[in-house]
Amino acid sequence: MKKELLYTIPSLYRDDFRIHGYRFGQGRKALCIVGSMRGNEYQQLYTCSRLVSILKGLEADGSLSSEDEILVIPALNPGSMNIEKRFWPKDNTDINRMFPGYRLGETTQRVAAGIFNQISVYENGIQFPSFYMPGNFSSHVRIMKTGYENVEKARAFGLPYIVLKVPKPYDTTTLNYNWQIWETDAFSLYGTVTDSIDEASAQELIQSVLRFLKAYGLLKREIPAGMDSIVFTDRDLITLRPKTSGIFRCLASAGARVQKGQLLAQILDACEGEIIEEIRSSDSGILFFTHNRPLVYANTAVFKLLSSSLAAAPI
Amino acid sequence: MTGIHGDELEGQLVCFYVAKKIRENPGKLLGTVDIYPATNPLGIDSVTRGIPGFDLDMNRIFPGEPDGTLTEYVATRIIQDLVGSDLCLDIHASNIYLTEVPQIRINELFRERLVPIAQEANVDFIWVHGANTVLESTLAHSLNSLDVPALVVEMGVGMRLTPAYARQLTDGIFHLMNRLHIWKDDVENPVKKPVFSQDPDEVCYLNAPVSGIFLKKRCHGEIVRKGDEIGSILNPYTGEVLQCVAAPESGWLFTIREYPVVEEGSLLARILIRKADEL
Repeated sequence: MKKELLYTIPSLYRDDFRIHGYRFGQGRKALCIVGSMRGNEYQQLYTCSRLVSILKGLEADGSLSSEDEILVIPALNPGSMNIEKRFWPKDNTDINRMFPGYRLGETTQRVAAGIFNQISVYENGIQFPSFYMPGNFSSHVRIMKTGYENVEKARAFGLPYIVLKVPKPYDTTTLNYNWQIWETDAFSLYGTVTDSIDEASAQELIQSVLRFLKAYGLLKREIPAGMDSIVFTDRDLITLRPKTSGIFRCLASAGARVQKGQLLAQILDACEGEIIEEIRSSDSGILFFTHNRPLVYANTAVFKLLSSSLAAAPI
Repeated sequence: MTGIHGDELEGQLVCFYVAKKIRENPGKLLGTVDIYPATNPLGIDSVTRGIPGFDLDMNRIFPGEPDGTLTEYVATRIIQDLVGSDLCLDIHASNIYLTEVPQIRINELFRERLVPIAQEANVDFIWVHGANTVLESTLAHSLNSLDVPALVVEMGVGMRLTPAYARQLTDGIFHLMNRLHIWKDDVENPVKKPVFSQDPDEVCYLNAPVSGIFLKKRCHGEIVRKGDEIGSILNPYTGEVLQCVAAPESGWLFTIREYPVVEEGSLLARILIRKADEL
């Protein structure tokens, strides 16, 4: 493994901004893995850092392919993470809305261009991103539906779900979208949490990456088989939302199987403590996403439900 | 419309002037004027540019989705409320970093319809820019796509008011209302003839080559000659001038950096390139 400085910006008031990469093997540019891109993506950083540690061990005992190269970038935005800020410290821009970047543009455009120039040459790209809404997910692979998406390859992760995201205009500047346009097979791996650490979820995603490595000849060691992924689009999910605002008492977890009519959450009057609304499942299925904040506004999408007709699982 | 970005306040004064004039002259009003001073009310109330809690740029979620998130749902309802208008102005104030001359920005897709309207708005500059997929998520693009002519105004600077600009645009708005028969005023004041640009190669961007403190030497709206010093980037620790920033071309300085702390890449200025005999 070689630790390399991939990009730097001199700073006046604090240590220079630096993005480091960890390069395993050499030869065919087989896979690039990007961890946290925003300052609150602690789970993404943790997952990626553990992966670096595991890959180091695998490389040391000769289990990685010697003819292929894997590049891992655990933190694309360490300057924001150090000050617990989600977006760029100076102007609050989001690096994941700047791809493919512009080397003569504004700072985060330059960061995106500087990195993309180095990672767009890989055959496969894996990113550990976070969702823009606060909440917990069932683990899944998410792929932009650009026309270049490679769903069959995504099955190699063995995660329970593959979600095809129909891109909106603002998605066209994300890493996943641009990787695909530049002919990299791109996969976004979502675990349960973002701004805290969930060991089980990190392990699940690490195992899924190792499964992918094995499937594509990058790893010589056996890995336990994964699941047969269910494929659907983000528009197939049923959204449940409260009519009222208040304290959100969540009674079900992401990944749980639920019955039609099952009580999923209560909304309490924020000062008087009385239950003012109950949210029940409109169908049988699997809770794919749950809101995870103590308070909720009316009309917030608090649950995303995968109907049992799509989940193809006995309820 | 204004306040879609909670840190851009120039539109507040425009709303005030428009509402005041209508209140004082109700007999001149021939149509319906809707004023939205705070499209992102939580943002304005908390000195936050985006939507608080989500940290989302509200001007990247239009036209929204009725079944989407809370923010997308709000965007949909706003669009529903605006459809059918004869004209919409979406008033911005650049951001807290840059100061701008009063200008209207138009996506080239809507140039034919919008430029003649913009020329009556009493602004200094009309800038027709290229189509960009990301900008399809803006309020103005969504409205124009739904056949509501929508002009994007940029003027002044974030977190501040520039009363002269507010009065200038207010005059333009009443001029437009007069032309649209929403307002009846027998005395019609002339409007400014704006500078017009639709060639992307005419606009020159100056980005900071180093991190430091930017001290501007020239103001927005000034004519600059190639080689003129626009400002300098300083090191307050050592007393060194890290970089003198010179105009790479002659032209009109229509944007200048207001916020002093810069890093490599920070936008410092924009110049509309003009030949010496055009200045």
